[in-house]
Amino acid sequence: MALVSPSVRSTTQERVREGLTRRDRNVAGLVLQVLLLLAVLITLLILFTLIVRILVPAVPVFRDRGFGFLTGTIGSDPDKVGIWPGLYGSFFIALGIIVIAIPLGVAAAIYLEEYATDTRVNRFVVVNIRNLAGVPAVIYGVLGLTIFVGWLDPITQGKTVIAAALTLAVLVLPIIIITSSEAIRAVPQGLRDAGYGVGASRWEVTRDHVLPYAAPGILTGTVLSLARALGEAAPLILIGAITGLLPSTSLDGSFTALPMTIYSWSSKADVPGSVLGFENVAAAAGVVLLVLVLFFNVIAVTLRTKYERQRTGT
Amino acid sequence: MTELEMSTVTEETNPMRLETKVDDAAETTADAQHHVFNVTDLNVYYGDFRAVQDASLTIRQHEITAFIGPSGCGKTTMLRCFNRMNDFIETARVEGSITYHGVDLYDPAVNATEVRRRIGMVFQKPNPFPKSIYDNVAYGPRLLGVKKKAELDEVVERSLKGAALWEEVKGRLKASGLGLSGGQQQRLCIARAIAVDPEVILMDEPCSALDPIATARIEDLMQEIKSKFTIIIVTHNMQQAARVSDRTAFFTTEVNPDSDRRTGRLVEFDRTKKMFSNPNDQRTEQYVTGRFG
Repeated sequence: MALVSPSVRSTTQERVREGLTRRDRNVAGLVLQVLLLLAVLITLLILFTLIVRILVPAVPVFRDRGFGFLTGTIGSDPDKVGIWPGLYGSFFIALGIIVIAIPLGVAAAIYLEEYATDTRVNRFVVVNIRNLAGVPAVIYGVLGLTIFVGWLDPITQGKTVIAAALTLAVLVLPIIIITSSEAIRAVPQGLRDAGYGVGASRWEVTRDHVLPYAAPGILTGTVLSLARALGEAAPLILIGAITGLLPSTSLDGSFTALPMTIYSWSSKADVPGSVLGFENVAAAAGVVLLVLVLFFNVIAVTLRTKYERQRTGT
Repeated sequence: MTELEMSTVTEETNPMRLETKVDDAAETTADAQHHVFNVTDLNVYYGDFRAVQDASLTIRQHEITAFIGPSGCGKTTMLRCFNRMNDFIETARVEGSITYHGVDLYDPAVNATEVRRRIGMVFQKPNPFPKSIYDNVAYGPRLLGVKKKAELDEVVERSLKGAALWEEVKGRLKASGLGLSGGQQQRLCIARAIAVDPEVILMDEPCSALDPIATARIEDLMQEIKSKFTIIIVTHNMQQAARVSDRTAFFTTEVNPDSDRRTGRLVEFDRTKKMFSNPNDQRTEQYVTGRFG
């Protein structure tokens, strides 16, 4: 150290300083960063446009009609129509998803991840579930028409909200299975070992440790699938959802749902002399559908936060 | 090591070998009833890979038995056979026999869950449940059907005291177990294991994630609870084995020259004092003196 003269030390310092304060000349990196930001901005713009496009025409409907819009029924006069039959249908579809698809899907995921052994048959099953998630909704409409409207007519009474709920439950089932499987697979093995180590059975470990830990992921998947089912119109067209007059709502009679109502109103011409156009009521029905989905999202986020707190010990 | 030195070692060990044989013979008749596990010709396979080959040993009651050896020698695999944790590895297969008080653990009629209630386990990485300290300890007793709060309170306090953690956490039993330090978490895991009152506690490198002070506490704890439990500990730390255990099993890896695959072999199993001062096998001596592995 004594051999290093002050002048040499200062040049070393200068060299290091120069090296450390050098400007980032990574042009490609900067361009990429701008492109990524642009992607975010475009997405935000689309979302903003969507909200404006649907809120602005909807405002007069809520102002003029208030609750009457929620309790009224579908018809040919845009000043008098309401979305009650659509709400009724969508409510039972959501109920069907919650009561049928979610328990069934989560149960299948638990079996596949915690119980099934890694055999060729099981791998074949998993691949096919993944394929099912990619099948277009219209195809599920055909399936629903055949099975739930046709074969199971004694139970569903034909083209009813029960058949619709069952069809949409089947539609989202693969999505629930896949997202739940992924959430369960992400549970650390150490947590299972801990449970088995004190003599818990497979089911006790699954119930007490695996499911609570996987709950946030499972909830995210199920809410996404619920939103998907609530917004789906294509399969309902095949099952025979009503777009014209629907004087009464019942579980064993004709039915419709919110997306069907929006679809039929959007394609209707305005009635001369009426204050509101069909464009307005369609937008207002869209707002109600969005609020409904948002409502389920809030529930899911609340539950998710609760489980995540527990998981991280805060 | 020169040839001269090697021959000296062999000469020295020979008389000792005779001595231990006499010792062992006396033991087998006197306290056969204190044998908790008898392992005979154990082979463990993962698929067609043999992780442990022809291991035989005896675990005695209220003793601490240490498994030492280099990485990949099968000591953890062997440990996990004692409470059938290997059942969860689909490709794992066990040959030979492990008896627990004379009952074959791998008899088809044996319920693995019942095995694990009697043979608890503490893992390498502290893995408390993401629950409160209280619920971590109370989990096992609750599974066994203990419901009364007073009874649970008593088990929790006794187990935490047993794991030398009570004084540190008694004021915050409702706080999450994940909020504790690494050493405290591991003691919580020990408390959780002893809460179901097992006969045996298996410890898989319980101190490898801990600092020396936390390690010392766990080692002291092992000495304290030894009178109530039988402990088998896998450790990478030879000093730890020498400090805490009564008997030591040394495993090593053998490379098959044909397939180039490694397999774990039990080299020697004896009293710890002898293993570290005057082992019979030259490989043991080289390992414990730090010349190999």
